[in-house]
Amino acid sequence: MSNDRLFLSTDMPPSEPAALVDDFTPSLITQANHHLCPGCGEPIAIRAAMEAIEELELAHSTITVFGIGCYTAFAHNLDVEVVQALHGRAPSVATGIKRMLPEGFVVTVQGDGDMVNEGLQEVLHAAARGENITCLLLNNGVFGETGGQMTTTTTLGQRTKTSIEGRDPHQHGHPILLSDLAATLDGSAYVARCAVNNAGNVARTKRYITRAYESQMAGAGFSLVEILTMCPTGWFVDTLEGPDYLQDTLAPVHNIGELKTP
Amino acid sequence: MSDRVLIEGSEAMARAAVAAGCRFFTGYPMTPFTELLEHMGALLPEVNGVCMNAESELEAVGMAWGAATTGHLAATGSTGQGLSLMQESLSEITNARLPLVVFNMARGQGDYFQATRGGGHGDYRHIVLAPMDVPEAVELTGLAFDLAGQWRTPVMVLGDYYLAHTYQAVSVPSIDATAPEVPDWALNGSSGGSGAAKILSPLGGGVEGEEGFDLGAHYAACAAHIQAMATGVEPLIDSGFCDDADLVVAAYGSVGKFVRYACLRLRDAGHRVGYVRPITLWPFPSEAVHNAAAGSAKVAVYEQNMGQMVDDVRLATLGAVPVEFIGGPSWDHSGFGIGPDINVPDISERILEAMP
Repeated sequence: MSNDRLFLSTDMPPSEPAALVDDFTPSLITQANHHLCPGCGEPIAIRAAMEAIEELELAHSTITVFGIGCYTAFAHNLDVEVVQALHGRAPSVATGIKRMLPEGFVVTVQGDGDMVNEGLQEVLHAAARGENITCLLLNNGVFGETGGQMTTTTTLGQRTKTSIEGRDPHQHGHPILLSDLAATLDGSAYVARCAVNNAGNVARTKRYITRAYESQMAGAGFSLVEILTMCPTGWFVDTLEGPDYLQDTLAPVHNIGELKTP
Repeated sequence: MSDRVLIEGSEAMARAAVAAGCRFFTGYPMTPFTELLEHMGALLPEVNGVCMNAESELEAVGMAWGAATTGHLAATGSTGQGLSLMQESLSEITNARLPLVVFNMARGQGDYFQATRGGGHGDYRHIVLAPMDVPEAVELTGLAFDLAGQWRTPVMVLGDYYLAHTYQAVSVPSIDATAPEVPDWALNGSSGGSGAAKILSPLGGGVEGEEGFDLGAHYAACAAHIQAMATGVEPLIDSGFCDDADLVVAAYGSVGKFVRYACLRLRDAGHRVGYVRPITLWPFPSEAVHNAAAGSAKVAVYEQNMGQMVDDVRLATLGAVPVEFIGGPSWDHSGFGIGPDINVPDISERILEAMP
């Protein structure tokens, strides 16, 4: 695909017919029209994850393991092999796959409710074991699929349906910074946190995911990329306010950057 | 088959599992399941298999789920309590149509319902095989892997403390290091990029989109598969002396072996008593139980619990004969399911009291 059409001028008639959304869809995503809410960050993260698989020529050896959340809809829209796991359990399922197929490339896709609430022990055990898999955490700080309740990554003061006046440490406890935790374990090789709230961060996300994949390809051990994603519906903010809300609410607590490299 | 060797039930089952093609095993130590995990840990590396000491039963069943998706024969197990932790996944693995063998070395007989009712959420059942002793456990372990592969479903081998820890002289199948063939549906990553990448999901396959993927249709297909197993899996039963029996006694597992022996001795003493020992607890051998009970005046059910299999016996006999529960919980101080009432004189007394 030519990049020309990304710079169309609106002063003159288009040089070619308007592009369909399909034209911009990575080849490993089979359905362009996702059913997630406008302004959702998860499709951007999934796109980066799939583009990196394609660019590293891993499409023919990849098995993805999906958790349960809004992003689960993508499990049926990908041209890579998928195992659908239970909420929280993907790292263990991925472990069984990787142990039986050491040459396979294994990636989990999970949200914060899935990985940090329900599945905290599973991801930490996989990390401590140095399991040679890559886990992708789509962290928006709320339960998006059920309509915006508090998760363990919700930041202090953040308002959710189950922390109406804002998360109060005395009542609701403190947020868990999953990547920081995972980075302390000897079995983790690559741990990074990024976001998809602006173009620079999207590029950084793709870069970190690629490095995590390369770490798995090198057999370095457990890799984790935590991606902060927008959830304007679950945050009860206007769609266009999502990126700024992420920057002001999640990013100051869940710090962006590489926490551990091989 | 190799020569007869004197080995512990756990080791016999482990050898039978590996001989049947099992290449992945994982579990969390718990009495009386632990030795099975230890023996698998010793055996699997010899055939390039993998055995993992999981961090909990949750990890264990998840790892087994993942291994099963690769088409290699996988197994896990625990004790009733640990199986409780695994039930969420076992339900979903059933709907994902994956073969898996689950060794349940239960503590006593209190987990019959958990084993036979599909202990997790949802509308499903598992095939359940209940050996009475080590030689039968060897045979049924092989059958469990065959049925799991054939029906793409979890199959449970339900044993107990006695089965796991009794040393018995048995012929165990020799282990062949050749890896069994991997079925077509299995994942290995290679279908990616083809435009039709495989998916193994408890929510069904299909593409999300305009047509939508139909979860209701998937659950209907799962229900049809359970029904097909209910009628298609051959029910197994051991029975004797039922033709002219006034009383038929039903029991399963290790306890069933003692009941069988008690009936044999009572026959020798001139009492018209017969026995039935269901071997497949699901599908329950209802027709065979019904036929065995047809000429009798009464059926007595001996199990070491508050009365669980007795429900299936009542459903099998459909009121044709009265069904009396003559069992009851039996615990020693350890709580590991070492039933002090597994005792032929005691069982015989209960049977005689129940004689019509």
